[in-house]
Amino acid sequence: MDSVQALITQIQGLSSSAGDVSRLHSNLKQAEETIFSESARLFSALDQLDPSIHSLGYLYILEACSSGPLTKERAAALVLPISRFINACAVEQIRLAPEKFISVCKRFKDQVMLLEAPMRGVAPLLTAIRKLQTSSEHLTPLHPEFLLLCLLAKCYKTGLSVLHDDISEVDQPRDLFLYCYYGGMICIGQKRFSKALELLHNVVTAPMSTMNAIAVEAYKKYILVSLIHHGQFSTSLPKYTSSVAQRNLKNFCQPYIELANSYGTGKITELQTYVQTNKEKFESDNNLGLVEQVLASMYKRNIQRLTQTYLTLSLEDIANTVQLSSAKEAEMHVLQMIQDGEIYATINQKDGMVRFLEDPEQYKTCEMIEHIDSAIQRIMALSNKLTGMDEQISCDPLYLGKCTGW
Amino acid sequence: MEGEDEPSGRMIDDEIYTNGVGEEEKRTRPIISGEQLDVEAYAGLYTGRTKITRLLFIADHCENNQTMQLEALRMAYDEIKKGENTQRFRDVVQKIDGRLGPSYGMDAAWCDTVDRRAEQKKEKLENELNAYRTNLIKESIRMGYNDFGDFYYAHGHLGDAFKSYVRTRDYCTTSKHIIHMCMNAILVSIEMGQFTHVTSYVSKAEQSPDSLDPVTVAKLRCAAGLAHLEAKKYKLAARKFLETGPELGNHYNEVIAPQDVATYGGLCALASFDRSELKHKVIDNLNFRNFLELVPEVRELINDFYSSRYASCLDYLGNLKANLLLDIHLHDHVETLYDQIRHKALIQYTHPFVSVDLRMMANAFKTSVSGLEKELEALIADNQIQARIDSHNKILYARHADQRNATFQRVLQTGTEFDRDVRSMLLRANLIKHDFNLRASRKQ
Repeated sequence: MDSVQALITQIQGLSSSAGDVSRLHSNLKQAEETIFSESARLFSALDQLDPSIHSLGYLYILEACSSGPLTKERAAALVLPISRFINACAVEQIRLAPEKFISVCKRFKDQVMLLEAPMRGVAPLLTAIRKLQTSSEHLTPLHPEFLLLCLLAKCYKTGLSVLHDDISEVDQPRDLFLYCYYGGMICIGQKRFSKALELLHNVVTAPMSTMNAIAVEAYKKYILVSLIHHGQFSTSLPKYTSSVAQRNLKNFCQPYIELANSYGTGKITELQTYVQTNKEKFESDNNLGLVEQVLASMYKRNIQRLTQTYLTLSLEDIANTVQLSSAKEAEMHVLQMIQDGEIYATINQKDGMVRFLEDPEQYKTCEMIEHIDSAIQRIMALSNKLTGMDEQISCDPLYLGKCTGW
Repeated sequence: MEGEDEPSGRMIDDEIYTNGVGEEEKRTRPIISGEQLDVEAYAGLYTGRTKITRLLFIADHCENNQTMQLEALRMAYDEIKKGENTQRFRDVVQKIDGRLGPSYGMDAAWCDTVDRRAEQKKEKLENELNAYRTNLIKESIRMGYNDFGDFYYAHGHLGDAFKSYVRTRDYCTTSKHIIHMCMNAILVSIEMGQFTHVTSYVSKAEQSPDSLDPVTVAKLRCAAGLAHLEAKKYKLAARKFLETGPELGNHYNEVIAPQDVATYGGLCALASFDRSELKHKVIDNLNFRNFLELVPEVRELINDFYSSRYASCLDYLGNLKANLLLDIHLHDHVETLYDQIRHKALIQYTHPFVSVDLRMMANAFKTSVSGLEKELEALIADNQIQARIDSHNKILYARHADQRNATFQRVLQTGTEFDRDVRSMLLRANLIKHDFNLRASRKQ
């Protein structure tokens, strides 16, 4: 009883000012053994503490409690206090012990997944990320966990809000890989293919010294999304890709590269047969849905090509050129594409003719001017950042040492 | 039948009306024309090895025309017997296969005599060459190697001939010698089909410090043109052929006849020059006009193309095709050249108009509307014609890209790409820095 009570009073007493808190921190570090052994009793004593004031102490106790083996009852018991803690805790205090905070949140995610209610973890983890981040460009180990929960809970929009931040500081490369991979999947789910391509590209071209499975999976999805979005895929990776990736990635993704080659020929029947024969491989990678989207995009690509050559074309001719089975199907495809804004056209049902129009965007509206202006501002900021980084490195003693040969 | 008779009728009229300019050649029926090739007259244009090669090529490629084939083989036989190439003799006898009667069969006695003579001559040449070599007289060694080269060439050992000719290079003292060697090397290389050598030796000869006489210059230009033709560089080939002076005459008949210069030059120019170049370098070119007189059909078709009479131009081309396919140098390129000329015709037709009725255009090109549509579709997709097809009304509308919109689009796109690339770059730099720091801290 004594040690527990002593701890509690210590926490209560030393949580008011910064100096006190740092003393408390060192005391807690010394008392770690006791905390672990008395975790159950400390847990019941938690209601004596206020998470917003005594965040550091609360954190230590929570960490000790959640560190044991995970069972459903324990999970159920811990989920609520942890989420309340995350919402209420004080940012400066938890930043003193970030590893503990991260481990608590990770355990929290495991518990939520064990209880099969990933939705419950989404909002708390989002708050956790915001509290842990030193700046909006900081990637914490919690980011990939959060995105994973979003994927499982199908809360894509919340995931997207986090993806909008530009990341440039990374603690652990592995976090980045997972973050970009999950982020890519979320963007694919929301059909934001250009952002997905960007994220997947970052995974594939990130510096790595050995092959890792995340990069391989990311490359497979990269190929498919590239086909859907751009209609083409080049197997040459950019120069800055690590040599490990350049040598080995293609070997792991053979069926996908052949799919890309088959797509390049432009013949829909060949592509379909290829997909049929390799269905199990795509399914085992969980990419079958994407592959079907690739198939659909082929029709779109062919119809788009027609807009470049023809002013008007009959639905029959469209069906023949694009190898659809009937004019009705051609009409459906064209209609869908008009609605999605992928082509500009009008369908004349009386004659069975489609009239292709030019892009009505005249670049004269206020919105467009604002868009251009904000793009300019953004790039200027980016450019300044680049210059700043360059200056920083030029002043770095290590660099100067290598340069001047001292 | 009508098509074939008509152009020759027109040509005869031309002959009546045109002034006689440059009357060295007797103005007989043009040899490269729309009618069936007159093998004898054709072969009469050439001398030496190329005559035999061309005759054999014709024999190989006109399987359905027995009489022409046998005629060609007969002439080849006669020509080979005048020379000393027994290997070729055996080949041609095999091809004849007894169809021309006993006088054109295997003459083993002749073969043996020639072979024995060759052996003797070879020994003699070798002895002479060794003698010269020990004496170290440069000029004699050069002549010796030259003789060897000639000997091998006559007997069909082209590789050895080439080597011998090239060997004389070390013993050449004047630029005349060098040019002589180059011309020999070029001749053998053309026969062997190694046109890279041809190009290098042509440039070597042209770099000679002394000025060359016009015949040699013309010969070199022809050789260069042939090399470019083989390399499918039609524009360069056309330029070289067009620069050939009329002094060439019959002096290079062991390689090329002036009719060929006209045909190759004319067709390549038509396929690759734009309109102004065509007018400037071909139609207004007085030198080349002499050559074109020898092949009136090619002259007519170039004029038709320039004056936009596409139907008749394409007619001429169609008539010439069968005979052009029998030419050893042009054989592989006929299809490509014809396609290019046809495409140019289509593009030129649509160029000045804002809208074109596809039915009228199909009439002008003597093809069906749907076929024309397909051809135009390919050209538009290839960005050679800026237009769009109104398939409903069968009209082609010219389409001029809106520069302003296109610029805005490109600008925005470049901005996005820059943004994306720089951010990825900063990220990677940070990763590397982190990795580097990690390694640095580990080392410490």
